[in-house]
Amino acid sequence: MNRTDWETVIGLEIHAQLTTRSKIFSGASTAFGAEPNRQACAIDVALPGTLPVLNRGAVERAIRLGLAIEAEIAERSVFARKNYFYPDLPKGYQISQYELPVVKNGAITVQVGEGEAAYEKTVRITRAHLEEDAGKSLHEDFHGMTGIDLNRAGTPLLEIVSEPDMRSAEEAVAYARALHTLVRWIGVCDGNMQEGSFRIDANVSVRPKGETRLGTRREIKNLNSFRFLQQAIDYEVRWQIETLEEGGTVQQATVLFDPERGETRVMRTKEDAHDYRYFPDPDLLPLVIDRAWIEEVRSNLPELPQALRRRLVEAHGLTPYDANLLTASKELADYYLAAVAAAGQALAKPCANWILGELAAKLNRSGIEIGESPVLPAHIAALVRRVQDGTISHAGAKKVFEALWTGEGQDVDAIIEAQGLEQVSDESALESLVDAAIAANPKSVEEFRAGKEKALNALVGQVMKASRGAANPQRVTELLRRKLTG
Amino acid sequence: MSAERLLTSSLRELAAALAEGRTRAEALADAALERAQALQERLNAFITLTPEAARAAARAADERRRAGNVSLLSGIPLAHKDLFCTRGVRTTAASRMLAEFVPPYDAFVVERLADAGAVSIGKTNLDEFAMGSANEHSHFGPCRNPWDTSRIAGGSSGGSAAAVAAGIVPVATGTDTGGSVRQPAAMCGVTGIKPSYGRVSRYGIIAYASSLDQAGVIARSAEDCALALTAIEGFDPRDSTSLDRPSEDHAAALAAADGQLDGLRLGLPREFFAAEGLDADVRSAVEAAARTYESLGARLVEVSLPRAELAIPAYYVIAPAEASSNLARYDGVRYGYRAPDYADLDDMYRKTRAQGFGDEVKRRILVGTYVLSHGYYDAYYLQAQKLRRLIAEDYRQAFDSCDLILAPTAPTTAWRLGEKGQDPVQEYLQDIYTIGANLAGLPALSHPCGFDSAGLPIGCQLIGPYLAETRLLLAAHAFQGKTDWHRQLPPL
Repeated sequence: MNRTDWETVIGLEIHAQLTTRSKIFSGASTAFGAEPNRQACAIDVALPGTLPVLNRGAVERAIRLGLAIEAEIAERSVFARKNYFYPDLPKGYQISQYELPVVKNGAITVQVGEGEAAYEKTVRITRAHLEEDAGKSLHEDFHGMTGIDLNRAGTPLLEIVSEPDMRSAEEAVAYARALHTLVRWIGVCDGNMQEGSFRIDANVSVRPKGETRLGTRREIKNLNSFRFLQQAIDYEVRWQIETLEEGGTVQQATVLFDPERGETRVMRTKEDAHDYRYFPDPDLLPLVIDRAWIEEVRSNLPELPQALRRRLVEAHGLTPYDANLLTASKELADYYLAAVAAAGQALAKPCANWILGELAAKLNRSGIEIGESPVLPAHIAALVRRVQDGTISHAGAKKVFEALWTGEGQDVDAIIEAQGLEQVSDESALESLVDAAIAANPKSVEEFRAGKEKALNALVGQVMKASRGAANPQRVTELLRRKLTG
Repeated sequence: MSAERLLTSSLRELAAALAEGRTRAEALADAALERAQALQERLNAFITLTPEAARAAARAADERRRAGNVSLLSGIPLAHKDLFCTRGVRTTAASRMLAEFVPPYDAFVVERLADAGAVSIGKTNLDEFAMGSANEHSHFGPCRNPWDTSRIAGGSSGGSAAAVAAGIVPVATGTDTGGSVRQPAAMCGVTGIKPSYGRVSRYGIIAYASSLDQAGVIARSAEDCALALTAIEGFDPRDSTSLDRPSEDHAAALAAADGQLDGLRLGLPREFFAAEGLDADVRSAVEAAARTYESLGARLVEVSLPRAELAIPAYYVIAPAEASSNLARYDGVRYGYRAPDYADLDDMYRKTRAQGFGDEVKRRILVGTYVLSHGYYDAYYLQAQKLRRLIAEDYRQAFDSCDLILAPTAPTTAWRLGEKGQDPVQEYLQDIYTIGANLAGLPALSHPCGFDSAGLPIGCQLIGPYLAETRLLLAAHAFQGKTDWHRQLPPL
């Protein structure tokens, strides 16, 4: 068999760290980067006699995510203990939801690919459950010993588990990105992948095309960038296909991706899998969520990316591709919507073009976030309006944009005035320039009259040049055409 | 006030003596400490005595009294089972694992009693991590029964029961997971109450089996229990299983009672009195107690708890399961005992836990780990949980035809030290009458009702419907108004 005879099957488990200020079962801070063990209270250290108390903020965020993926919010869910010994697991068990998760049966629809090849894909989300994070083992700087930092112990996580619905690394990345956008959009997770706020485990298997049973999967643990996700899956799929084609078998295993070598390597096999001895945590009552709470959370949800995307295509006339780009983050979408609100919906398209073109390029090059952009949505609106009403040319608009970006000017009309960018549209002022161009370029005139439309552009160019760019090219074109055909 | 008076006075009498200036908190603390020290070698009721902290607290209580308003418990000496965390005072759970552990905080119960002005003189002995029915499984040696020091004090709260029986303190705290307040109270001839699950916060109690653990008090009378219990009840946001309802003033209810129990229906469970192993002296003393209740106006009715004998197997699956998880934190990594020599991490875990825990604790961790394991969970843990619900249902039905259940607290009186050490099941069977209340989350108390032919105290147990603590205490208080079993003193 060759590669095209195999089908890849991927499911993702994503750990999103929730944005609560305190931990899921204690009052200690969740802020990142403190001195080791400075944010670990008696509960986090698991001193004898301490008890967990559930942080309602974490539950509220789980509900928010559940609503955003159109899932069921469980009226009653249960925290269980997952028992295993590890030095950075202070209680000897992790509190996590097992049999009854707080969120189940959701889905999101994501855009995969670009341009012609782009398509929509719906990924089902089996469940999302609340749990606490473990601490960290520090193997460096301790001369053969291991240091333990419990600052992270008890940090609230939402583990979001998809169905094995993805069929390629591209789909997996598109889904992970969409979820990453979504959790930040609704404010439940800061999405900071370097700090581990959004960690991805990928379950990957392959099977012959047409086969309905799943192949044996291997789980790639702890991927902390979309690039690694793509690379790790690509490698893993290749490896599994090669192994099977060479007559080997894939053993169920947990693997780690080594970005330097671009390979996955086995961390543990099924044989040394733990028996976690899950059972309901008797220290915590079942989590009961009433309808009123769900409705309250729902009423505070912003318009979600998928709904907004639909609106941008249907009401604003944008392409799905542009709509997708503009909804990559809440900040960008809000920026766009503010510009359109000021410019009028009829000018949505040029607003989008400016934001995704000139502005995105500038932000990208200088590494500035949209929230810190010196060019404001009101500027974009004023700019597209002045282009629309013919006051400035597109070239002039670029100069205005530049002045706004550098801070040279704050007001679009003032910049136009100061830089003399207003186009000459007055016919009497343009007529002499048009006449001069006709007189000086008989060849182009002849060609145009012979039916060569392009010759007109040369003449427009001459007029523009003579006006030092100040002439309104549209008016010049009209004037030329009238004179040459009249 | 002399140590003799301390030995025999009720809390109200002591409070009156303090209020009228006939004694001071410091004098009471001194007397309690003196007696504790004098009896320590014979009883081993204490793991830690805290004379300095006690005197400081007593002086503070005396000062507050001079300043004005104080509560009834202000200046009363007491002791805490060494399972309650005490800030700055080592809290061992009678285990080598925590022999040097000093908590940075007070348990809710400790905090409440300190706020009420009570003066703790130290920490009492217990079975390691509260696992036992004799107080023989203690890293610090067994606690002995004040009535016969060759015998067990009962467990796990043996030290608290012995300290009260010996007149060291008028009241002591305990915890009750399967009878650990009631059974030692019975063995030592004192009164002990285990409230409904959720009544008293578990915050700061070193966990044994979280769904069963409940704090209680041991004292010389139901009235004293009522006073102490009123002080430790109430909602605590730090314990998610704590009941969010105001505490009840049980003591006020007792003060208002007329000592009669007209119309009270007392249910005698047929299965309990038919159980194999029920000592004849215990049976006749409890039956006599029932007749005393009858003479107070109560009506005796026979009830049935058909699944009573399944309580022990259910308990000895659920409690070890929870314990195996609760005790996983004692791994030598952050605090507590760590083996001195080890090759690697796994070796450190193994040796630390092998050396740090005693046999009974290890036995329960092994059982608990087993019943939660893949492939056994359904057959043991889930099955035990089903039994637990059925047993709770039996109690609920029994309470359709009675107001309180009357039963023996334990099938026998105190046995000799070492007598059951070789056969853990024999010790487990001692819990047959007490475990049901824990599985069902019900309040229950034990009060003295006589002596066996060897002169050892016998306990009578009352079990009530959920949150019926006041009813329990009223009944026992009426009983104690008519009898003087609770006033008998051990021959020390």
